[in-house]
Amino acid sequence: MATRGFFGRSRDPSLADRVPPGQSLTDGFPVLSAGPTPRVDLKTWTFTLKHGPKPVKVWGWDQFNELPQTKMTRDIHCVTTWSKLNTAWEGVAIDDIFADVGIEPPTPYILAHSVEGYSTNVPVKDLVGGKAMVATKYKGAPLEPDHGGPARLLVPHLYFWKSAKWVNGLQFTERDELGFWELRGYHAYGDPWKEQRYTDDP
Amino acid sequence: MQSLAPLRWQTGTIEQIVPRTPRTRSFFLKLSEPFMYEAGQHIDVRLTAPDGYQARRGYSIASAPEMGPDRIELCIEELEGGEVSPFFHMVAEPGDTIELRGPLGGHFIWSSEEGGPILLIGGGSGVVPLMSMARHRTASGSKVPMALLFSARTWEDVIFRDELLEMHGRRDGFDLVLTLTRDVDKRDGVHARRIDSGMVMQAIDQFPALPKRVYLCGSNGFVDAAANASIEAGIPATAIRTERYGG
Repeated sequence: MATRGFFGRSRDPSLADRVPPGQSLTDGFPVLSAGPTPRVDLKTWTFTLKHGPKPVKVWGWDQFNELPQTKMTRDIHCVTTWSKLNTAWEGVAIDDIFADVGIEPPTPYILAHSVEGYSTNVPVKDLVGGKAMVATKYKGAPLEPDHGGPARLLVPHLYFWKSAKWVNGLQFTERDELGFWELRGYHAYGDPWKEQRYTDDP
Repeated sequence: MQSLAPLRWQTGTIEQIVPRTPRTRSFFLKLSEPFMYEAGQHIDVRLTAPDGYQARRGYSIASAPEMGPDRIELCIEELEGGEVSPFFHMVAEPGDTIELRGPLGGHFIWSSEEGGPILLIGGGSGVVPLMSMARHRTASGSKVPMALLFSARTWEDVIFRDELLEMHGRRDGFDLVLTLTRDVDKRDGVHARRIDSGMVMQAIDQFPALPKRVYLCGSNGFVDAAANASIEAGIPATAIRTERYGG
């Protein structure tokens, strides 16, 4: 159904394969979050890998930053319909976190946790093989608190709420446990190319 | 958690357009598929160009659930360089149909049954979902103490001004605290500075206890400032829920 009198912004056909349906490009970097921006102290910051309730390993900030550093430049897509191309991140690949512990993922699901109790669920297969990282830098500078600093998950091929801000741990779960927004109406998986925005979306 | 209503796309017919301020207008939409919603929720609209290109945006519902399930009010600010809001301001007319789906959002919501006291802090068009909460309080006959701290540029930019002043004037437990950041005239009882903890303390001064919950909505910079002001005023961060727009 065409909307009377609506033509939309001019589109660049060369970007058609980079902007998912229903998204539009932004040059800015909008900020969205459920509550106030937490103030995270690097002296007490920890990152915990858990299997169910059991901690597997805990890193402090310095230890975590001694892990191999990876750069990723990716397009990101927010469920509120903005997309941003070529965002440049740096941090620790999830593969390298698992390698540091020397484990094969014991379950197919991860629940990522943040300070303030926020969580989001992501299948392990979407985190390994170079697909995701814990980002600590954006455009070469320490990640700002508004954008999830000191560390956020980055899973750029899923809607951006999956890239949990202020991440402080990953937890292997036996089943696909829904996270904070997923329990509040957002899609369990969140593929932008399939427009999996809300719970009922196919 | 609320039950999730069907999220099918449906059509809303614009019944009425009401200018609110020089930059905002309200659009009253009649829904083809009525739904129940909670104060603070939003909908997504989808506009389709002749070549099939679609643009979507989320807009907060301004009306209270008590207005009934078949009509909603959206209040849309025209954004410079925008794609969807200029359509609403320059093209849309009563009788036009718009595709939409909702209600959406399960976090930035308030029902009078949840109690209070409730502090609302809005910047500019960030007042829209808060207006739904304030109207819901009035329409449901709730006596929950509620205060709205509203920051706008000028007196003319105070969206829903007359209705808010009327609600404040009832003296039934709803207080309006206004601050105008770019107004030239001094007005009695109206602040003329950016939001700060003193203003938050004034807003919650009438409450019998600290607010049970605080809802902040506006631009990112505004929400950060309002969150800091609230925390400085002694409100725990865990009581604060935020909704941000813009870059």
